[in-house]
Amino acid sequence: MEIDPFIFRLSIFILSIFIGYYVVWSVTPSLHTPLMSVTNAISSVIIVGAIIAGLAGNSDSVFTISNILGFIAISLAAVNIFGGFLVTQRMLQMYKKKKKDK
Amino acid sequence: MSANLSAIFYLISGVLFILALRGLSSPETSRQGNFFGILGMTIAITVTFLSVGSFSSGLIYVLIFLLIGGLIGAFIAYKIPMTAMPELVAGFHSLVGLSAVFVAISAFLNPEAFNLGLPGSIKLASLVEMSIGAAVGAITFSGSIIAFLKLQGIMSGSPITFRGQHLLNALLLISIIVLTYLLCSTQSSNFFWILLAVSFLIGFLLIIPIGGADMPVVISMLNSYSGWAAAGIGFTLENSALIITGALVGSSGAILSYIMCKGMNRSFFNVILGGFGATEQSASLGDKEYRPVKSGNAEDAAFLMKNASSVIIVPGYGMAVAQAQHALREMVDTLKKNDIKVTYAIHPVAGRMPGHMNVLLAEANVPYDEVFELEEINNDFANADVAFVIGANDVTNPAAKSDPQSPIYGMPVLDVEKCKSVLFVKRSLSSGYAGIDNDLFYKENTLMLFADAKKMTEDITKNL
Repeated sequence: MEIDPFIFRLSIFILSIFIGYYVVWSVTPSLHTPLMSVTNAISSVIIVGAIIAGLAGNSDSVFTISNILGFIAISLAAVNIFGGFLVTQRMLQMYKKKKKDK
Repeated sequence: MSANLSAIFYLISGVLFILALRGLSSPETSRQGNFFGILGMTIAITVTFLSVGSFSSGLIYVLIFLLIGGLIGAFIAYKIPMTAMPELVAGFHSLVGLSAVFVAISAFLNPEAFNLGLPGSIKLASLVEMSIGAAVGAITFSGSIIAFLKLQGIMSGSPITFRGQHLLNALLLISIIVLTYLLCSTQSSNFFWILLAVSFLIGFLLIIPIGGADMPVVISMLNSYSGWAAAGIGFTLENSALIITGALVGSSGAILSYIMCKGMNRSFFNVILGGFGATEQSASLGDKEYRPVKSGNAEDAAFLMKNASSVIIVPGYGMAVAQAQHALREMVDTLKKNDIKVTYAIHPVAGRMPGHMNVLLAEANVPYDEVFELEEINNDFANADVAFVIGANDVTNPAAKSDPQSPIYGMPVLDVEKCKSVLFVKRSLSSGYAGIDNDLFYKENTLMLFADAKKMTEDITKNL
């Protein structure tokens, strides 16, 4: 009997939860705020769904409700992607070690 | 691009996201980690465009909307002050939630584009996954909006409770399951819309009873939800990048919530059920007697610190409110010039989100190797001369160790009282969010400095 592809996706999901568990425990507490902003940015990979929704349909009907929702979702996710990664970058730039010549 | 090839690329971007989180294990590797994250996102977006292949004229709109969103995001990222980080993160969570909802609706209305079947006869598994993604997304959205309003001060930070609240929430949660079942068995879009409406309502009801100081838990929890929403949509779209990311973000938020709850010695359910701080203060308020406190001015504080050989600084939310981090850093610089050893002690729940204080200190150019977590530094208080508590209160309250009657009993606290002398910068004698008096105020070796945190630190610097 063939295995349903769903089972494979479920396996990826469960294993990723475990990876996430161990990886996040190793994050140093002082970087918890950047952790939140970066997880925010990467969870906006949901934009791939929004792009598919936005590009769906034929040339005659670009503005079906389904497309328009896709467009809005693209914007929302893009705010998050750019905002999330850039603000993380900005925060991480500030974490500096003590200068030795002091 | 073939489906198999794009699946491999999605897997690669999933792995890059794992590396992005891994990089955060130390500040040195963190910037590289962020780069991996950006790379992973670029790959995922590019592959999506290539795999759709035949571009309809919708392409130009997709690019325009992408650009608009990107510009807004970049603008916010450059303009936002570091003290507003909790609001920003809450706001961003709401966007993830809302886009998950929109993608789910779009997939429901036009399932062919996503290979999910025809409208009215969508595959059963996809419907379930779609419902979960949409429901969690909607809860994330409305919950984050409330969290944002509370953090921004537009909405009062005090808990809003009413009778039958928990019963109502429980009923609504059950109704989500029932609605999902009805949706699957009838394929009727009406149930889908009701499901969404109920989910929005739950998010709203879930967050209003939670008080301002419990925000670290709420933000982490919503972080987790936004991940589960993404994972739900990932299953619908059969996209491994989304599934991996969703799982990572989901467990990350869950761990942060756990750490925050532990920092307050409260169970997760206790926080979620809410109302903390609104409970009646029976005994302690009734026999509140007048107790003398020693209060001083900037000169006294400067004198004490000048004669110390080691100082530990304990920042709290009050420092963020007063934007005192730069003034604090200047004070510390002056102290260091006098060969006084200065370190910072950070309680896990100081501030309004995990790591809030660390970011503010980093912004003020405080080297991160001078900043310590509770377990690392708690033994040092006994050997330090002065503890400088700026804008913190409950996290220093010795009642958490000594008084089993206290609502915060059992919460890990910084052993500030073991210092030779304690300086407390505070606006007034009012109690912290837990609504309890802090015995530390009345101790023999405590000097209260009643002033705005920023002004007081500046004055002390002048007197050093």
